[in-house]
Amino acid sequence: MNEQTLIFEISKPGRIAYSLPLPTVDEVAVEELLPTSMLRKEDVALPEVSELDLVRHYTALSNRNHGVDSGFYPLGSCTMKYNPKINEDMARLPGFAHIHPLQPVESVQGALGLMYDLQEKLAVITGMDEVTLQPAAGAHGEWTGLMLIKAYHHARGDFKRTKVLVPDSAHGTNPASASVAGFDTVTVLSDERGLVDLADLKKKVGDDTAALMLTNPNTLGLFESDIVEIAKAVHEAGGKLYYDGANSNAIMGIARPGDMGFDVVHLNLHKTFTGPHGGGGPGSGPVGVKQDLIPYLPKPIVRKEEERYVLDYDRPEAIGRVKPFYGNFGINVRAYSYIRTMGGAGLARVSKEAVLNANYMLARLKGAYDAPYDVYCKHEFVLSGKRQKALGVRTLDIAKRLLDFGYHPPTIYFPLNVEECIMIEPTETESKETLDAFCDAMLQIAKEVEETPDVVLNAPHTTIVKRMDETLAARKPVLRYEPKQEVHA
Amino acid sequence: MDFRYLPMTAEDEQAMLQTIGAASIEDLLADIPASVRDNGTLEEVGVPLPETDLIRTLSKLADQNMNTKQYPSFLGAGIYDHYAPAVVNHMLLRSEFYTAYTPYQPEISQGELQAIFEFQSMICELTGMDVANSSMYDGITALAEAAMLACAHTKKKTIVLSDGVHPEAHDVVRTYANGPGLNVETLALEQGVTRIDQLDAIEDVACVIVQYPNFYGRVEELQALADATHARGALFIVSANPLALGILEAPGKLGADITIGDCQPFGIPQSFGGPTCGYFTTTKALMRKIPGRLVGQTVDENGKRGFVLTLQAREQHIRRDKATSNICSNQALNALAASIAMSALGKRGIRELATRNLQTAHALKQKLKQAGFTIVDDGPSFNEFVVTLPIDATRASQQLLDHGIIGGLPLGSYDAARQNEMLVCATELRTNEELDQFVTALGGLTHE
Repeated sequence: MNEQTLIFEISKPGRIAYSLPLPTVDEVAVEELLPTSMLRKEDVALPEVSELDLVRHYTALSNRNHGVDSGFYPLGSCTMKYNPKINEDMARLPGFAHIHPLQPVESVQGALGLMYDLQEKLAVITGMDEVTLQPAAGAHGEWTGLMLIKAYHHARGDFKRTKVLVPDSAHGTNPASASVAGFDTVTVLSDERGLVDLADLKKKVGDDTAALMLTNPNTLGLFESDIVEIAKAVHEAGGKLYYDGANSNAIMGIARPGDMGFDVVHLNLHKTFTGPHGGGGPGSGPVGVKQDLIPYLPKPIVRKEEERYVLDYDRPEAIGRVKPFYGNFGINVRAYSYIRTMGGAGLARVSKEAVLNANYMLARLKGAYDAPYDVYCKHEFVLSGKRQKALGVRTLDIAKRLLDFGYHPPTIYFPLNVEECIMIEPTETESKETLDAFCDAMLQIAKEVEETPDVVLNAPHTTIVKRMDETLAARKPVLRYEPKQEVHA
Repeated sequence: MDFRYLPMTAEDEQAMLQTIGAASIEDLLADIPASVRDNGTLEEVGVPLPETDLIRTLSKLADQNMNTKQYPSFLGAGIYDHYAPAVVNHMLLRSEFYTAYTPYQPEISQGELQAIFEFQSMICELTGMDVANSSMYDGITALAEAAMLACAHTKKKTIVLSDGVHPEAHDVVRTYANGPGLNVETLALEQGVTRIDQLDAIEDVACVIVQYPNFYGRVEELQALADATHARGALFIVSANPLALGILEAPGKLGADITIGDCQPFGIPQSFGGPTCGYFTTTKALMRKIPGRLVGQTVDENGKRGFVLTLQAREQHIRRDKATSNICSNQALNALAASIAMSALGKRGIRELATRNLQTAHALKQKLKQAGFTIVDDGPSFNEFVVTLPIDATRASQQLLDHGIIGGLPLGSYDAARQNEMLVCATELRTNEELDQFVTALGGLTHE
């Protein structure tokens, strides 16, 4: 197959793919309305294409991309479940898609009503007392939550809490968010069970601890069964407990963060609540808190006053604003559509079936690959490619070989505390047939590693491009199209 | 009850449990302490809704909102009612794009990677900057991230914001600054534009941030502001409306070290303020400090051109607490929407669309002046400006609703001295007739 052209490379002066409204006001020359010194000297060199050129180009690009609709996508910790089509339709209703955030509240009561109901429903699902929909994504929610915790401590005159505890298995966003919020990160070790090492936690928690950030189930897919004791240790030291909701697809209707002792929770609506992921976003990362943190929630919050919804800006202790307007409303509409479709009973089944699917795959694969934690997992699990590495084949090679079978590979080399890690999250929307076919492919690859390792080492064989030279990309960065640039081969 | 998103049958469940060697799903949950188990609280979430009932329920909520397809809107202030070519939505619905995640596996993600590379290229063209990233949450959080970058780069602790920057950006920057304990100072406006001489009185300046055109609609003289900023050894940051750059000189040509903004004008619906799509650009010198994801061109084993995520050593999943930002998910799908819209417009269309905005807003300005209204700090503007009304602008906007018009933004809630002022916007979608209706309605405002 030939190289895919860039849209700039099919540009031809004179072609257009737009259609402006008929002019109804005087067409005064730009030079008469603005001083020449303010005007652009050169036109913006955007591509000039016809509408069909445009459609063919982006259709060709879409054909070079793998989504959940294309095939199985068991990317651990990302919850790549089916994205219901009706959600897309609902978000595109003119009354949701074409409303301005600064319209008088009387003219957007339906939107505010939806937000209010979503806040309430997420509070129930997480066991928290109040929810803000403002954060744009998971990492943004983490930072928001940590700023709330900072405000809480400061309001009590407690300025010595400069540290945030983060387990070694945590997502990279946790320590990064702690830094952006102005905290130092202290890493808590995992024990041989893959869980928080209680002794290490107790050693590190103290009167300088602002919070412990925890994902439960953790990134190994294991439930932190000492959670009650962990919460007690952190609370007794005066710290707060932060729940990273990336893995909440495992716990709906099973155990709520609020009941586990967490004070602040973020949810990734693009994961558990069918977002969709959009090739990397937009997401939505609502944050829920317990009673004592409510005063610090960012402004505004949607409130119900009798039969009318209002935006409450009168929040003197709030951390301020974390995002313009009210968050990623369009994503929140999709999540609301999903929650109403499933209802409480449906959501509870979602988590149970996600857990069963993950355990089934673990059971089928643990003979051929090392399972560093051979206990029942929750919605995801990790394998180690240690045995294959000893034969000269790395986890990266296994991931690339999976491409030949039409699958998106699992998350690899994360969490960091598992050697040659392979992290698999099937989700509840995949059928047993799909799980079986994927497991068959994994077992075949394990066999290939032993018998015909070159097949794996040289994979992928069937994709439109082969492995990329990432070193070249980083050493000589080419980050934009330049008309006269030569492609270095 | 069966759910159309859940394929597991009773038979599947039994077969799977048997392979696992468990008697029931409950066995798989036995490690969860009984004291934290949920006892049916999800019932409060309500009963499942069939598709038709869901459509009815959500349509009812949507219909309670006055949408800008039905009512002419004069609101801007960061979110705009623009023409979106029909192809944008059709291409966005290609599910290979919207059901994918971050392109971690380049061999099966070349479509998304190339689309981002093209987005980065178009944004560089538009802003005149060297490097653009793959997107930020929105223009305002991009602005806050730019301020954080400037403080880290200059090792200075004061962020200076013009009062001509969006008030919500002031709020967001203050929240961000509270994390590492940075200072925020402001520069007042004089006759509608930033007074840079006030910078002399501010110490330890990391950056100066202005908006282009500014929040009140005026086009700032960037080069002079840039020179004064650079004389203090600080970075000059411009928040630019990308559509205005169809006719206004690019910030990259006028001394900007960082240009950020929001691509919402390009094919992204207003959607009650989000999701939009922030863009972030800078110079080659600051390339390795840029937040978020970057796509770079490279070759595969056969020498074939392709694209990968690159310079990842800046990012949270590698660098953890030392990362340049905590951003992970961004606004990829909306960056795609913006790319498609920019490609549809092309070289000529972006200039024509920008020109039409300028002309429509100018026409409205003239009509208001003729009707006896005062334009506040009148001067060079794009598609927004401020008008003084005879009554409180919040009350005016209520009365406009009765005429079926979504009025401009009352400024009293941002600045008590501006109680009677309204920030109005007229895009290419406003017709001459709608402009007349608006002016007539404003002429008929009552003190009741």
